[in-house]
Amino acid sequence: MSVRLGLLALFADGPKYGYQLRTEFEARTGGTWPLNVGQVYTTLERLERDGLVAGAGANDEGRTVYAMTEAGRAALTAWFDTPVAEIDRPRNELAIKLLMAATTEGVDVPDVVQRQRTESMRLLRDCTGLRRDADAADDMAGMLLLDNVIFALEGELRWLDHVETTVLRRGGKALPPAVLRRRPRAGAARDAAGPAR
Amino acid sequence: MTAAVTGTVLRFDGVGRTYRSGTTTVRALDGVTLEVGPGELVAVMGPSGSGKSTLLAIAGGLDAPTTGRVWVEGHALDGLSATGLARLRRDHIGYVFQDFNLVSGLTAAENVALPRELAGAGVRTARREALAALAEVGLSGEAGRFPDQLSGGQQQRVAVARALIGRRRLVLADEPTGALDSATGQTVLEVLRARVDAGAAGILVTHESRYAGWADRIVFLRDGRIRDSTGARPRPEQLLGEPR
Repeated sequence: MSVRLGLLALFADGPKYGYQLRTEFEARTGGTWPLNVGQVYTTLERLERDGLVAGAGANDEGRTVYAMTEAGRAALTAWFDTPVAEIDRPRNELAIKLLMAATTEGVDVPDVVQRQRTESMRLLRDCTGLRRDADAADDMAGMLLLDNVIFALEGELRWLDHVETTVLRRGGKALPPAVLRRRPRAGAARDAAGPAR
Repeated sequence: MTAAVTGTVLRFDGVGRTYRSGTTTVRALDGVTLEVGPGELVAVMGPSGSGKSTLLAIAGGLDAPTTGRVWVEGHALDGLSATGLARLRRDHIGYVFQDFNLVSGLTAAENVALPRELAGAGVRTARREALAALAEVGLSGEAGRFPDQLSGGQQQRVAVARALIGRRRLVLADEPTGALDSATGQTVLEVLRARVDAGAAGILVTHESRYAGWADRIVFLRDGRIRDSTGARPRPEQLLGEPR
């Protein structure tokens, strides 16, 4: 989803050819999410099929270029205007794993936590180093991107400490399974407020 | 008697420290082996009571191990007289504390110059070195100010300058950002990191992962033992991952 709309966003400042999308996407995101050429062309085909971009002839080098359609512009505006909701995010593997570990008898949860803590801290250190380099190069977009990862890792590490403390406080015994509950639906608060009359 | 360990500023070999409290024995540190080289900053993390403070106190020669040995700049601490240990501390080791520990009646430059004057350097030499050290932490303009005329972040940068004046290459920082807000804490880490990059060796005790991220290596203490470590920093080209 994000790659498709991320590539669409590249057409905002003019027509592009396929390979150019790969280069520009990587440049705009600091090489954080490298794309393979096949992925770019498949995505481009889907954007064309969905009417969000259309062929716009060939450039001087004879490459086929594509331009954003009106529908494409509307889709891009809608993407920027809509917050990312819970349902759009991938499942949180770490949360699932630790929940399973904490509710399974005989699993050494502090051990599982420590292995994850070391790995998360290693990643935090590496991102902090990259952020220093980005800062030195005055690469503001790169810094924001790395801050996103750094803040998320800080939250993850705090949660890991919390999981460990909670399990240790219970003497390391497996926790009972979580009570079944529904998560608040996206937009529930807005619905509750009701339409203005 | 002791061979100098080249390339290592601080070395712990199987260091243990027990305290007797009534009839019980508390094992504050248990078989810790650790080396810190020039240009390396090691963060130490762990819950309260895990041995972080004991580790720092022993590294700084303020406490002695019950078992194992410690070397600073190739000198085995257990082979030194009290005078020799005091001289080693003064010449080679600097401390940065959470509450800055600056002398309130002295200016920033005088605070930084103090360890050099105590080491017998002339007043002018000490002042020249202090001004250079203050320039390195970005405080040239504040040399004549007293601690209470400086912000918390500036006071801590003075403390970093003082910790690494002269030939001192080992800095031991105990929660140096504890009393600072996050933006100010970052400026303190920036100067500490810059001094380490210039060839010092550092140990940073912190409970905040954000600041530990500035280290080259993070070790986790628990019950006096090193429970895990991130290992050294990889080369930059190894860092970027695969697309998801």
